Amino acid sequence: MNQDDLTSIAAQTKQSENRYDHVIKVCVAAGCLSANSEQVKTQLESELKQRGLETCCKVKGVGCMGLCAAGPLVSADANELMFQGVTPADASAVIDSVVDKKPAPAAIVMDSQLDFFTGQKKIVLENSGEIDPERVEDYIAADGYEALFHCITKLKPLGVIEQVTKSGLRGRGGAGFPTGLKWTTVAKAQGARKYVICNADEGDPGAFMDRSVLESDPHRVLEGMAIAAYAVGASKGFIYCRAEYPLAVKRLRIAIRQAENNGLLGMNIGDTHFDFKIEVRLGAGAFVCGEETALIASIEGGRGTPRPRPPFPAQEGLWKSPTLINNVETFANIPPIIRRGGDWFASIGTDKSKGTKVFALAGRVNNTGLIEVPMGITLREIIFKLGGGIPEGRRFKAVQSGGPSGGCVPEQYLDIPVDYDSLASVGSIMGSGGMIVMDETSCMVDVAKFFMDFCMSESCGKCVPCRVGTTQMHNILERITQGEAGPQDLDLLTRLTSMVKAASLCGLGQTAPNPTLTTLRYFMDEYRAHIEEGRCPAGICHPAKVEAEVGA
Amino acid sequence: MNNTAIEICTLIIENHECGGRADQTILEVAEENGIFIPTLCRLSGLSNIGACRMCLVEVKGMNKLMPACVTKVQEGMVVTVNNERLAEHRRLALEMLFSERNHICSVCVTNGHCDLQFLAQKLGVNHITMPYIHPLMPVDASHPRFLADHNRCILCTRCVRVCQEVEGAHTWDIMGRGTKARVITDLNRPWGESESCTGCGKCVQVCPTGALSEKGQAAGEMLKRRTFLPYLSMMREVGK
Amino acid sequence: MLPTQKTISPPSEDKRWKIVDGMMRRHGHEPYALIEVLHTVQETFGFLTDDALRYVATSLRVPYSRVYGVATFYHFFTMKPPGEHTCVVCTGTACYIKGAPVLLNAVQEAAGIKQGETTPDGKLSLLTARCLGSCGLAPAVVFDGQVAGKITTETIKKRVRTYLESETLAEGAHK
Ligand SMILES: Cc1cc2nc3c(=O)[nH]c(=O)nc-3n(C[C@H](O)[C@H](O)[C@H](O)COP(=O)(O)O)c2cc1C
Ligand code: SF4
Ligand code: SF4
Ligand code: FES
Ligand code: FES
Ligand code: FES
Repeated sequence: MNQDDLTSIAAQTKQSENRYDHVIKVCVAAGCLSANSEQVKTQLESELKQRGLETCCKVKGVGCMGLCAAGPLVSADANELMFQGVTPADASAVIDSVVDKKPAPAAIVMDSQLDFFTGQKKIVLENSGEIDPERVEDYIAADGYEALFHCITKLKPLGVIEQVTKSGLRGRGGAGFPTGLKWTTVAKAQGARKYVICNADEGDPGAFMDRSVLESDPHRVLEGMAIAAYAVGASKGFIYCRAEYPLAVKRLRIAIRQAENNGLLGMNIGDTHFDFKIEVRLGAGAFVCGEETALIASIEGGRGTPRPRPPFPAQEGLWKSPTLINNVETFANIPPIIRRGGDWFASIGTDKSKGTKVFALAGRVNNTGLIEVPMGITLREIIFKLGGGIPEGRRFKAVQSGGPSGGCVPEQYLDIPVDYDSLASVGSIMGSGGMIVMDETSCMVDVAKFFMDFCMSESCGKCVPCRVGTTQMHNILERITQGEAGPQDLDLLTRLTSMVKAASLCGLGQTAPNPTLTTLRYFMDEYRAHIEEGRCPAGICHPAKVEAEVGA
Repeated sequence: MNNTAIEICTLIIENHECGGRADQTILEVAEENGIFIPTLCRLSGLSNIGACRMCLVEVKGMNKLMPACVTKVQEGMVVTVNNERLAEHRRLALEMLFSERNHICSVCVTNGHCDLQFLAQKLGVNHITMPYIHPLMPVDASHPRFLADHNRCILCTRCVRVCQEVEGAHTWDIMGRGTKARVITDLNRPWGESESCTGCGKCVQVCPTGALSEKGQAAGEMLKRRTFLPYLSMMREVGK
Repeated sequence: MLPTQKTISPPSEDKRWKIVDGMMRRHGHEPYALIEVLHTVQETFGFLTDDALRYVATSLRVPYSRVYGVATFYHFFTMKPPGEHTCVVCTGTACYIKGAPVLLNAVQEAAGIKQGETTPDGKLSLLTARCLGSCGLAPAVVFDGQVAGKITTETIKKRVRTYLESETLAEGAHK
């Protein structure tokens, strides 16, 4: 395949779609699939056939449209019409509405002008909910692989890196390391072989951005990886994906096969001397394997235990060769950056955090789902505008970002801009994009215990501070929730948090105290209520159980 | 690479000006200069894994603490080995180990010859400020000559490394993770049934505590002989 | 040390070993393929046995203790045969906030087993997962491989009851 073939496939695909008066898009990403969207799609197809409309109206399976909680979602006519909670029985009503402009039952009509949709800015998710994730032609028609061809035919590797550096893109896997700088280091590293790894381990329990990108637009990630490989001089890549995401793995494998068959991956890509192959590797249920050195150990077939850095993977990674590791979303940002230029990307967002960020909004919020927003938007806008506020008129209590490594941000900071540095300044982190909203029904001590329990059971056990420290901290938190703790336990807890943070080997241990630290900082009154008054303000824990029994 | 002259660096460790080769670690240079840095998982002659975190030091200009056993020296480094913060971390790390499993020294075969006990005395850890966890762990007495008491194991993996790196048998490894981790032989079968164990006893000699010992020793009798190690590590240096 | 010279044959006549062999061949019997191969074994047989581990270890020339260490490091691998039906309750953050602990308790009570256990009659295994990526549908549960969202105590109890009262399938009829 060369540039001309690419252009003609794009033209043909667009043309064949334009033949139809209407295209009805049905979400076939995992969320809606589990709500039966596949049957909805089949029913729509057979209904159209019955009515003899199959030449004027096409049904297409697409990726996630974002508002997964309202699924199955269906959209038509450039998303002017949207439907929610569609069942196979609603198929004819949907067709009536699309083809004959008859109003559909109120229960399935979704307002496409909701703030949830209009408040977003889509770069990473530009194709999600638009293209068929299992057809490479659809991706090509949406300018897919154009950026790769531009790089390998018109740019030198350094020229590619220059655009990425200029864009100001920072890693979306959690730490926010400047991507251009990382690519430069790997490009400069000496090594006969180099590798590119895509971190699709998405370990944060409560986040599904990467999953959605992989299920909705897998080729985008492959293209991003190929561009990276060209820039740093690698010819082999791995995608390390969680085994809990079978659909993402399936779509990735399909995408890789299609790309190989079309000469977009493999040898002599675009008739140049650039070779690049990608393999998928499955994780096996270990959060710590998201840490880059542990991930490498896992790809090498071993126990996923981290090792001290330096040496960094950029110098000594997979099989001791220089290795570039980036997150799914980081790679997904690359094609548009190349297509539209680093300066364009840098014009979005804030001073030190450029571009957009995808968040998985979940928990006690009306609209749960995926959103992509420009950096610098406030937490309040996300939760109360896009998210539609807290259900059942309850009171907002905290929002947790960054998962087990992040912190709980209380109401008083709802107006801080969402960027790497502002979130860090209040004790949380950007993280990979999980955003869990909590209301007054959540007990913050119990939340701290929940995250500590997670870190304790996910600790690899290699280093002492994390292995024993998380267990000790968890036990203290448990004693507090059971009403068995005294004030001296808080002192010990505080000592442990600072030691585990400073002395642990890898990021898991170093950040494990964060949820506890932020709840101690912002919700000390709740800790006190448990310890001193034997009372759980949210009514979750039973700290006074013992006394209650005595009294009864 | 091998015959390029190795760079010599000067650095400051605990206010001492020291010189070292660029391929040496902070710990090695400190030891050559008579500066004590506590260690536990490290044993000269085996690979270093940086796991016990006893050897953490402050390096000027770095915001993270660095494990001296794996951090290479650099020109102009300024290293602090002892201060209040580091002492607190080391104390807590030792307390954590004592709290994790059952270490009652008075009845232990290595009483008086134990690396953990030595460090606790040296660093003045004479009582534990955190609750004991102490799950009851098995004792494996199936081997004709050796004993494995998991209650005394600190998961330093010295046994795993010596068995793999020096003896080449790879009988030992770690199973599970977190506090549930445990050293195992072969497919977690009794040691005495191991198909791969050569019976060389190197693991017993390198074990810092009384977790691995020779049978028939009374409390305080188990002395560890590690003479094979410096010799081997010297051979390795020569072979480079 | 491993018996590298011995010809290595599968632990049994079972045809399914061919699938495992195929996977090992695809990776040229390289030791790094260990995790991929363990995935294949578990997918094919439902769980990992000592015999399987021994066979894989010998074929890939990976020490026994290391194979065992890897198999027990990852939550995804299990050495216990799964029940006829499985119920995986998500205990990720989103589901936790939306009441996963209550669901878990409900199943534990209804089936009389704890998480990670199988009922004595082998009908049901209760497992937990850390986020299925369906957080938008929290709380989420996987019943026999199918993700279901917005689960209530009632729905989960009902499902569990049908599982417990289900006819025992003929040997080998499931999977
Ligand atoms: C315990 C732990 C878990 C992590 N999990 C993930 C993960 O699931 N996905 C991810 O992309 N990065 C994860 N990271 C961050 C990676 O180590 C690494 O920084 C990242 O993949 C680099 O990519 P980026 O520069 O594109 O962000 C994790 C880090 C730690 C310490
Ligand atoms: S911090 Fe925790 S996860 Fe990381 S190496 Fe130490 S024990 Fe393992
Ligand atoms: S048995 Fe001894 S050498 Fe082996 S890990 Fe335990 S304490 Fe270390
Ligand atoms: S899965 Fe269908 S909208 Fe997200
Ligand atoms: S001696 Fe350096 S970490 Fe154990
Ligand atoms: S937290 Fe349960 S599906 Fe993500």
